[in-house]
Amino acid sequence: MNEMLASVGLSLLQLGFLLALAPGLDGLIKRMKAVLQGRRGPPLLQPYFDVVKLLRKDAVVSEQATAVFRWAPIVYAACFATAALLVPVLWSRAPLAGWGDAIALVGLFALARFALALAGLDTGSSFGGMGSSREVAVAALAEPALLLVLFAVAWRSGGTDLGGASAYLVSHAVAVVAPSQLLALAALVIVVIAETGRVPADNPDTHLELTMIHEGMLLEYSGRPLGILVWASHLKQIVLFSLLVALFFPFGVAAVPSGIPRAVGAFLLKLVVLAFVMSAVESSSAKLRILRLPELLGAASALAMLALIAEVVIR
Amino acid sequence: MDGPLPGLVLTWQLDGLSLLFGLVVLSISVMTAVYAIGHARHHGGFPGSGLLYLLFILAMLAVVVAGDGFTFLLAWETMSLASFALVLTDHRRVAVRQAAWSYLVMTHTATAFILAAFLLLARTSGSLVFADWTVRAPALDPVVASVVFLLGLVGFGTKAGMIPLHVWLPRAHPVAPSHVSALMSGVMIKLGIYGLVRLSFEWLVPGPAWWGALILALGATSAVLGVLYALMEHDLKRLLAYHSVENIGIILMGLGAAVVARSLGAQVAMALALVAALFHVVNHATFKALLFMGAGTIDAAVGTRDLERCGGLLRRMPITGLCFLIGSAAISALPPLNGFASEWLTFQSLLTLGRVAIEPQTALLPLLAGGALALTGALAVACFVKAFGITFLALPRSPRAAAARETGRLELAAMGALAVACIALGLGAAPVASFIGQLVPLAAAPLAGPALGPISVGSGRLVVPGIALALLAIAVLVTLVPRLLGPVRSRIAETWACGITLQPIHEYTATAFAKPIRLMFRDIVRPVRDVGIVHRAGTRFVASVHYSSHIAPVFERYVYLAVKDRLVAAAHVVRRAQNGSLQLYLAYVFAAVLTALLLAR
Repeated sequence: MNEMLASVGLSLLQLGFLLALAPGLDGLIKRMKAVLQGRRGPPLLQPYFDVVKLLRKDAVVSEQATAVFRWAPIVYAACFATAALLVPVLWSRAPLAGWGDAIALVGLFALARFALALAGLDTGSSFGGMGSSREVAVAALAEPALLLVLFAVAWRSGGTDLGGASAYLVSHAVAVVAPSQLLALAALVIVVIAETGRVPADNPDTHLELTMIHEGMLLEYSGRPLGILVWASHLKQIVLFSLLVALFFPFGVAAVPSGIPRAVGAFLLKLVVLAFVMSAVESSSAKLRILRLPELLGAASALAMLALIAEVVIR
Repeated sequence: MDGPLPGLVLTWQLDGLSLLFGLVVLSISVMTAVYAIGHARHHGGFPGSGLLYLLFILAMLAVVVAGDGFTFLLAWETMSLASFALVLTDHRRVAVRQAAWSYLVMTHTATAFILAAFLLLARTSGSLVFADWTVRAPALDPVVASVVFLLGLVGFGTKAGMIPLHVWLPRAHPVAPSHVSALMSGVMIKLGIYGLVRLSFEWLVPGPAWWGALILALGATSAVLGVLYALMEHDLKRLLAYHSVENIGIILMGLGAAVVARSLGAQVAMALALVAALFHVVNHATFKALLFMGAGTIDAAVGTRDLERCGGLLRRMPITGLCFLIGSAAISALPPLNGFASEWLTFQSLLTLGRVAIEPQTALLPLLAGGALALTGALAVACFVKAFGITFLALPRSPRAAAARETGRLELAAMGALAVACIALGLGAAPVASFIGQLVPLAAAPLAGPALGPISVGSGRLVVPGIALALLAIAVLVTLVPRLLGPVRSRIAETWACGITLQPIHEYTATAFAKPIRLMFRDIVRPVRDVGIVHRAGTRFVASVHYSSHIAPVFERYVYLAVKDRLVAAAHVVRRAQNGSLQLYLAYVFAAVLTALLLAR
């Protein structure tokens, strides 16, 4: 009983931590990007203001909308919150580690995408359809790449359990610079860029019809449902970043409760570094045409496949 | 062989494998029958003869309990002919007759291959009884075994709809009445899998690794190409037919992995892969029957299977829509439904196989197949966003769609039961998988499985009810917690369409939806675009623009038509020898007799 309470507590702790941090990470990336581009940029806490404001606002719902439109934000948020519990962030064992693994994580991403893409089609607006259509097309290439990366990692650590993969890297520090590791890391970075809707795959800061993917699906949302969706998207971003950290830089993760404060510090530091990398990528590249995206994501799949081959041949 | 006419005594056998497939046949048949009765009440008369339908079901049951080659072929042919007649239900339409004809040709070619395989087995073992084949299998000459395997693979693979032998599926399924398509696609094609399991795990053991590798490669190809072709379709039933090709591919991946694992002596990997394949057989039967019933309901309500003319059906047919949504999520392998559970097992078995393979090149094949499976899953999500979204959401795209009404209770009961089964098989994945493992002794399962527990395979763990519980708990939190910030209202307004009133013509179409994927994979699906601009006489003003886009049927053109052309050319050559002259024919007879005498001397 005590153990169960502890695990529920741990789940709530990790989920709360990531939920609280998620908008801040987005604010940090926006600010870094602005500085790199010679602008001042919005305040660091702007995403929090936006989310809270949206959550307090009335919503306008399309007369065409069905239950799918109303439920999609809930399902979307629930998927990423559940996914957040599958990744070891502060504690070397993820809160739901016993319930699901890397493949379940990808399944949850797919469920979230299914819900939101349907909501994009629900109101009959062409922007929504365009967003959905592009989202599923990009994901069709990003998802295999993600799974191949996870396979490469699973191969190395002997299982698809994410906590196990993290622990393996902590105990085998030499594995960090293995060729397969570097290839898989490169592949995962590309996948994270595409999945979080960043330049060069998508532009998170624009509502221009011709460039947007993710925002297209959200166009009909307003008020509280939009607030939930925006927060969930921030959560998706931080979950993907955490995944990257857990699989490739898991050092400093606590093994005992007393290590948690240190783990928080280490995690924050790693997030800042990652945020800087992302903002640098965004500032130094132009958005690709949607039909050029297969080349980028194809490269990610190829790198992930090479990582697997390297793992299999070298072992 | 004993008796003057050996084999003419029908023999039966009932083991775990028969029982598993028999259960699938029976349960899905009952559901489709309930659906068909309801359908008949609403839409005037039972489409197709009820007796024929019963014969079809009985023949399928007979196939799985047949105990010797003769009984099996008798049941198999009855099944094929009954389904052929059922496909022909609407025989006044030319398209139906053509489709039924191509089905008949394919199914008989398949039977010919199976017959050849059986005759070889009977000759080498001296018996037609399956049990004797199993006993003598280890003593079989490797070359003969491989020939039998290839013959069986073609025969059973055709029935299963494995690429490149799938061409009859997208033709026959759309034109058959929906309860027949549900049964053919959900159940009958699985009997091809049944044959392959018997062939590779009983009649021909132990086989070399390349058999499994071949099945695995064909499975991966079927899965990826099946879902890609499905994405290009906007005829709902053709789309579903291509998804059957895809799912058969996923099942074949599990089966192929099992054969490879057995040849490597890896019992655990073999059991895992076989359970994954058989679990997916059960799951695909459930959601595919459900989806075909949904398609039939839509067809009856809107009068078309064309996605582009549906739309807005969720408001008009909410229960059908909910059932179709659950089926769509299940076939797209989304947690916590049944399709996800069996694909998870397939992924794990491919990874496990990769780990136990000694040679790097043997390890790479299952890993490549894993990549193909991942691609398939992502494309399936795209396809069912399209299928459900364009059909059920947004504004109706035709007057018939606007006037559509919910279907009757019996149909809803049948679809509802299968939708519940999709959820139950997902939540109960662990006990179901271990049940299958116990039922099929070959797969004496190493899977853990107390009630609703984890599916644990050494390299991973999945507790589907746990995931479902977490999703549900968080969904409740997401609904309730923002309320602490105070109540908000929602107001109904028009969809924003840049200031104009939204019309159905502004909506995204199924063709447009699939366009990015069509272009990304253009080298494989080969889209053909045809734009014709007609100018007004004597001016440069455009009078009308005609646009059409279709997918070049690669297999038909480069495989089937090529074979057909060769055959016709050969027939022309042979025809020269047949000029109608009696003397010439007598000369042939004379030459033949002479040759025979010389050879037999």
